[in-house]
Amino acid sequence: MLLQVLLTGVLIGSVYSLVAVGLTLVWGLMDIINFAHGEFLMISMYTTFWLYALLKFDPLVSLPIAVGVVALVGVLTYKLVVKRVANAPGLMALLATFGLSLFIRNLAQFLWSPNYRFVSESLLTDKRFIIGDLIIGLPQLVAAVGSFAMTLIIALLIKKTKTGRAIQATAQSKDIAELMGVNTERIYAITFAISGACVGVAGALLANTFPVYPESGAMYGLLAFVIVALGGFGNIWGAFYAGILIGLAETLGGFYLGTQFKYAIAFLIYLLVLQFRPKGLFGW
Amino acid sequence: MPKPMLEAKNVTMKFGNLTANNNVSFFVDKGEIVSLIGPNGAGKTTIFNCISGFYKPFSGRVYFEGKDITGLSPYKITSMGLTRTFQIVKPLKEMTVKENILTGAFLRASSRSEAEKIADEILKITHLSEKKDVLAGSLTIADKKRLEIARVLATKPKMIMLDEAMAGLNQTETKEAMELCLNLNKQHGITLLIVEHVMEAIMPISNRVIVLNAGEKIAEGSPEEIVNNEEVIKAYLGERYHAKSKQINRRV
Amino acid sequence: MKNRALYLIFAAVLVLPFAITNVNFQHVMIMFLIFASLGESWNIITGFAGQTSFGHAAFFGIGAYTSTVLFYKFGVSPWVGMLLGAGIAAVISVIVSYPCFRLRGHYFAIATLAVAEIIKQLFVSWDYVEGATGISIPVVEDSFIAMQFHGSKIPYFLIGFALFFLIVMVARSIEKSKMGFYLKAIRESHEAAEALGINPRKYKLLAMMISSALTALLGTLYAQYILYIDPFMVFSLEISMKIVLLSVLGGLGNIYGPIIGAAILIPLSEYTRVFLGGTGKGIDLMIYGALIVLIACFEPRGIIGLLKKRGKKRGALYAKTNA
Repeated sequence: MLLQVLLTGVLIGSVYSLVAVGLTLVWGLMDIINFAHGEFLMISMYTTFWLYALLKFDPLVSLPIAVGVVALVGVLTYKLVVKRVANAPGLMALLATFGLSLFIRNLAQFLWSPNYRFVSESLLTDKRFIIGDLIIGLPQLVAAVGSFAMTLIIALLIKKTKTGRAIQATAQSKDIAELMGVNTERIYAITFAISGACVGVAGALLANTFPVYPESGAMYGLLAFVIVALGGFGNIWGAFYAGILIGLAETLGGFYLGTQFKYAIAFLIYLLVLQFRPKGLFGW
Repeated sequence: MPKPMLEAKNVTMKFGNLTANNNVSFFVDKGEIVSLIGPNGAGKTTIFNCISGFYKPFSGRVYFEGKDITGLSPYKITSMGLTRTFQIVKPLKEMTVKENILTGAFLRASSRSEAEKIADEILKITHLSEKKDVLAGSLTIADKKRLEIARVLATKPKMIMLDEAMAGLNQTETKEAMELCLNLNKQHGITLLIVEHVMEAIMPISNRVIVLNAGEKIAEGSPEEIVNNEEVIKAYLGERYHAKSKQINRRV
Repeated sequence: MKNRALYLIFAAVLVLPFAITNVNFQHVMIMFLIFASLGESWNIITGFAGQTSFGHAAFFGIGAYTSTVLFYKFGVSPWVGMLLGAGIAAVISVIVSYPCFRLRGHYFAIATLAVAEIIKQLFVSWDYVEGATGISIPVVEDSFIAMQFHGSKIPYFLIGFALFFLIVMVARSIEKSKMGFYLKAIRESHEAAEALGINPRKYKLLAMMISSALTALLGTLYAQYILYIDPFMVFSLEISMKIVLLSVLGGLGNIYGPIIGAAILIPLSEYTRVFLGGTGKGIDLMIYGALIVLIACFEPRGIIGLLKKRGKKRGALYAKTNA
């Protein structure tokens, strides 16, 4: 029983991680918290759903499209909103993206009603593995593996590619990066696109199992802040491990205390960790 | 012999493996103007921070008027009468000049009107009266430095530590700053400990000079003694140039 | 100084619901008073002291629950409950802020969100206060002691106005006093403040206590007005953010800010809900959201900032034409 709980925790946590990785990139690069990050996830889920409902695309097939859509939304968010508040006092940047999240969330509700939507029949639905006492749902497994894979891709991109190094340089010092010929404007836009892509993948994977509705991204977004803070902002693997941790805390807490406490537990961990390590568990 | 007003005893400050202050000891008597000089990275601002409570020293003790203030919070030390200005000025940008000074005055004033009186007086002493309604953020650098001093002055300190108050000033501004320092010291009895790079500014007004290099105190004495001190010259010019200067002197 | 403008506003606000006796309008006025007051209270910790709180609903809810539970279970007058609620809110605010103040800006804001969320969860699972079901306040005859009035909304309005007046005057006097200066100094630079003998922690805690206590007062009024509360209503993120939004819209750190912001957002919120029925809730929030994005991007000082800019331009024009 406990093993099942732990396993579920890791699987759920992986997806949280991917969402957090997208957030931590932007946060680490620009010191801006994208409050609308959860809404990006929601957009991805809706994209996946509508492609399914209207064109019968399986979520796995529409994954690249969802990624493209949200990456584009990310870039637009940067160019139209974030760019203007990048140099304003911290509260303003926070509020700008919060206002955006409010807007997007209610726009979705206006356009598509608050009703829950489901991708009822996909390639992965209802399939599962049974190993001994453990039940592993295929959608959850694919989501976890996909999240890990995407995180790996992002980490490699940051570390090994020219663009990735440019991002690192800009994160450390915008001015010096510019002096070395980096087009920081482009880097910011690209990072937002990558951030969107992460959530795009997560959304398409989540749509297999979870209902799609206007508020569906909100809690993921909120949890992502906690995870990013725990993992140390800008720290990709930190975010990944912290996400798994939160996933475990959720399932363990749900198992021992009751599921309604899951967010309370996550927040409690956040408060406790930051008391002793104000820069996050793995922060720099 | 009366106790010194300020005394640092064997203060050592470390940042990880870097020792920024190594067993630094010195004192400042009441009514003196003492200058603290040394090349960049000597540890001057660090010792300032250790004394004023912004850092907690790794070891050693600091005494003000005989009381142990080591590791106390900066605001407590200020209320005891020892305050400091900052190398990178911190004007309260959203407030006017007068409001900046008022903020300092509230420490000793028991009412708004009393604080205003103190502020008006300080404005006069520091020659900032005409600019009293200007937003602090839009002042020139010289005025910002002057405001920095005016503000801490409003807390009615017994001693002020000035951290590079003359950096970035032109000749006239430097002269005015020097005059202000002398005025504060002679007219208002405030003891001063000044960290400076601009030698021409502080040598004429200092009673004593203390020299730091690479975290240690290497010399102490009157301005004339310091200027001719071998170790000091070596510290500033480096070994090679010091040797060269000796060669030049011999040839001449 | 500029108190004349404030007194004018007070007078205007006081007169309106007597002039326009439409019940819906009076309702909007009451909500306006509540939220403008919430904004003013919030301003004390965020606008003056610079510590951004995204969780003020926690104190609102504590106020609402304290008076409600005391009345519901023990028949204690909501007036007593109101004061007790303020006290409890102040204590909780200290317990929570003391460790959190050391957190940097963003982290602190999220921490306040976290705390509000945790408190909400606690109340949802706490059977003594009826958990998620909420509490319906027992209806009694019109009574001042029981703070219940059924015939007209005017008594609620007057209580709301009294609180509004009190809170604005408190905020005003803080602004002009030593505490106001000290908070502003702390907001700009902790170090500069310390060098002036200011104890940042002490003043931030004080500001937080005052802010939370005032916020709790309004929770009681709200509960008594609506006559029903549950954790999702009174501890909601929506309330916390509404407070943030209206203060920023009007102008952060300025005494007129929350008044202006509430004057715009509250009628907007209430009337879109009325006119657009079920989906109304979505549209007013969409407009909120868009407004906030616009303010943050183009005029972070809010409407006050806009007015000041126009004032400056007019002043410059005047100077030019009269040179």
